[in-house]
Amino acid sequence: MKRFLPFVLPFTIAVLATSRPAATTHAADRAGDKAGDKTIVHVLNRIAFGPRPGDVERIRAIGIDRYIDQQLHPQRVADPGMAARLSDLASIGMSSREIAREYELPQLQARRERKQNAQADPAGAPPKPDPLQQKANGVIVELAEQKVLRAIYSERQLEEVLTDFWFNHFNVDARKGPARFMLTEYERETIRPHVLGKFRDLLEATAKSPAMLFYLDNWMSASPATGEMLPPRLARGPFGGRVVVPGGVRQQPQAKNAPKGLNENYGRELMELHTLGVDGGYTQKDVTEVARAFTGWTIQNPRQGGGFIFNPRLHDSGQKVVLGHIIKAGGGQSDGEQVLDILAKEPATARFIASKLARRFVSDTPPPALVDRATARFRATDGDLREVTRTILTSPEFLAPESYRAKVKTPFEFVVSAARAVGADVQEALTLVRQLQQLGMPLYQCQPPTGYKDTADAWVNTGALVSRMNFALTLAGNRLRGVSVASLPTADEVLGFDLSETTRATIAKAADAQQMAALTLGAPEFQRR
Amino acid sequence: MLSRRVFLKNGAFAFVSLGFAPSFLSRTALAATGRSKQLIAIFQRGAVDGLSMVVPFGEADYYRARPSIAIPRPNGENGALDLDGFFGFNPRLKALKPLWDRRQLAIVNACGSPDSTRSHFDAQDYMETATPGVKSTADGWLNRYLQARKAEEATPFRAVALTSQLPRMLQGTAPALAMSQIAQFGIRGGQGGDGAGASFEREYAAAADHLLNGTGKEAFNAIKMLKSTDPSRYQPANDADYPRSPFGQALRQIAQLTKSNVGLEVAFADVGGWDTHVNQGADQGQLANKLEDFSRAIAALVVDLGDRMEDTVVLTMSEFGRAVNENGNRGTDHGHGNAMMVIGGNVRGGHVYGKWPGLAAEKRYEGRDLAVTTDFRDVFGEIVARHLGVSNPSAIFPGYNVQPSKYPGLFA
Repeated sequence: MKRFLPFVLPFTIAVLATSRPAATTHAADRAGDKAGDKTIVHVLNRIAFGPRPGDVERIRAIGIDRYIDQQLHPQRVADPGMAARLSDLASIGMSSREIAREYELPQLQARRERKQNAQADPAGAPPKPDPLQQKANGVIVELAEQKVLRAIYSERQLEEVLTDFWFNHFNVDARKGPARFMLTEYERETIRPHVLGKFRDLLEATAKSPAMLFYLDNWMSASPATGEMLPPRLARGPFGGRVVVPGGVRQQPQAKNAPKGLNENYGRELMELHTLGVDGGYTQKDVTEVARAFTGWTIQNPRQGGGFIFNPRLHDSGQKVVLGHIIKAGGGQSDGEQVLDILAKEPATARFIASKLARRFVSDTPPPALVDRATARFRATDGDLREVTRTILTSPEFLAPESYRAKVKTPFEFVVSAARAVGADVQEALTLVRQLQQLGMPLYQCQPPTGYKDTADAWVNTGALVSRMNFALTLAGNRLRGVSVASLPTADEVLGFDLSETTRATIAKAADAQQMAALTLGAPEFQRR
Repeated sequence: MLSRRVFLKNGAFAFVSLGFAPSFLSRTALAATGRSKQLIAIFQRGAVDGLSMVVPFGEADYYRARPSIAIPRPNGENGALDLDGFFGFNPRLKALKPLWDRRQLAIVNACGSPDSTRSHFDAQDYMETATPGVKSTADGWLNRYLQARKAEEATPFRAVALTSQLPRMLQGTAPALAMSQIAQFGIRGGQGGDGAGASFEREYAAAADHLLNGTGKEAFNAIKMLKSTDPSRYQPANDADYPRSPFGQALRQIAQLTKSNVGLEVAFADVGGWDTHVNQGADQGQLANKLEDFSRAIAALVVDLGDRMEDTVVLTMSEFGRAVNENGNRGTDHGHGNAMMVIGGNVRGGHVYGKWPGLAAEKRYEGRDLAVTTDFRDVFGEIVARHLGVSNPSAIFPGYNVQPSKYPGLFA
């Protein structure tokens, strides 16, 4: 009782003023509420990006089970404020074709002109910064702002959590050449609509997305047998920018065993990262066979933001054997689709996906029994992600004491949950996007196809902790441009009445409300969820 | 100038007055006599034109391939600085020439990756993970070095990148720190910021959360340690003259950290601007200016570190070289093999290592680029084994058969 004194005391005085018998009942209810609130905060930390002021009361009113069920059906959740928050972001609703026309092609045209000018002027100054290039960079900036704003404000929190999760699972780095013009459509059309749908559909959507085809090089993978015309090569140009190397006849390699067109990148990562997992029981032979099956899956007019196309001239039409399944010769585009069928049905895939979801929602080392049940659910429902997710969120393990604060927040989860906790009004989301860069998690810029790690070891280090404390101070101190904090909640509200005596005492001694909030958001307790 | 002795005394005093001394400091101080080996890795991002850096002036094909951007032969006006009668430095690398003459600087030429990619993105990834062709490698090779060899003392400054984000090369499970300005590493509370720092420190010191408690303690020790070195007052030794460029300042801070005896073992800095597709220039122009900044910064670092260079190796690298033929814009396009420099330690300098494949069309990689005759992992491997002292570096280079017989022979 003693440790709750700062909280309980004013409350007790308030009820004492009314009537004594009621006070005992109230106090008992209140103690029950506190335990309940702690559970609600836990649920909000996992299904959502943490509680906003008022969220705990709202969920207490409808009950946790109903809240979870609502969140599993985002289309039934009204989200009235979101459109206005996103209205300034011109590119986020555009197709890749429109983005190419508005942002990418003007920049390419300007670069061509600069090159011509450079030839006319042999003395030649180095290239200068280019306003069109800056405008082009705005595409990925707006996408990142969108992500931050949705995570903070959307009522469909689980959808945002899952969009983040599945994008990361099928990661594409914006910094690889023109990928940054493809990610807007990739997230909106390829990832988001499928996060509670069938895994097989999500898998095919990514396999046919220009973003993935480009990022993992499948678009230029050709049958070793063809002396094929190359598509235009897109390389990074003046560092940070890109150049187009025109297509032409593939140069005949000098060495006999030099690569002759097959690119195994996608084939390997498809099995290692997207489906079976690294220990999923495939061989190098399977990698090659899968890569052969996907030859010809390429991009139509990548410079104009074109979509998927199957090019039979690049395709290896022979028979393939993948994980013991025979894919008959002459299947054309369906070779790749058959591979996706095989992989989506493999038990290793069900287990890999179930484990990864359980790691996100429960703990870095999820209980094997839970993983077993989620795996079984995946297989029984033909990879229905809504049902797999539901199995995890409604499991006893999800609410078990061992799961409580078992996860360390990623920088993204930390920044968003902090902004939510203080009810921040974000007028310039770019400020938060930049903060994430400093915190070591630049949005849409995770280099390896593994995506960002989802375990504590990746995110707890001295530099990161110092940055988090500084972020807490600047946010609570109203020192982030375009982000204002109106009313500061108490530590108990933010942390669900669960903070150490030292944290409580330290916060109590703070100079003012701003510093109290900073010491709450920077506290060890707030780094976990 | 702040001598090491004075720092140790004042530094120790500062901690005593606060009531505790981080254990790593005292151990570092004790260990100061037997200093451990250090590696400073420098990444030239954007693919430097190695043929303009280490000029093969002995090859007629070089001059045929580059009618407007070749560096002239030595002895002429603005000619290459002769190294060995066949290769010469770009004249704007002259700050490094004394190191070559003193045999402190070695070059590994025609060095690079077995992977054919000409994407900066992928090639940098491969060089930093040291797993060419494999994209999903979880960690960078310098981090695997840190994992393979346990730290002699626990210090938050064992591995530091002077960059805003931790480079792929240092990412992984072993702790490593990224900071663009060491003077800014601390709790910036605005008004009453010191109070905030102390309050956070109390919270983390008392946390039952083992992970956050331990890391929090390390973080506050690190802050105090840097503060006591007073970064703003640093004076380089031996009149070392760093360029004011970001790269020069990054190396200056690496020297400062080194001399602060905070246990720095691996340092990283990078420098961009090498992607010279248009108007590359020769002994003048954009590339030459970059090379001058690059060489002056490294030369200043070497001068500043003085006799500490005996324990330090500076390694430079870039993701791939550039095409042998100049393009239609007086620039060069993406190529393959490149040159690395290895400076300091016990390196057997004054020599260009690696078999030179030649620039004749039929000797080129895919008909256009300098071929690779030394896998970059053999350079990394030799440094890890013979400078840093890891007896078996296999775990640091997964999927590669590391064999001393393939080392370039940089160290005796």
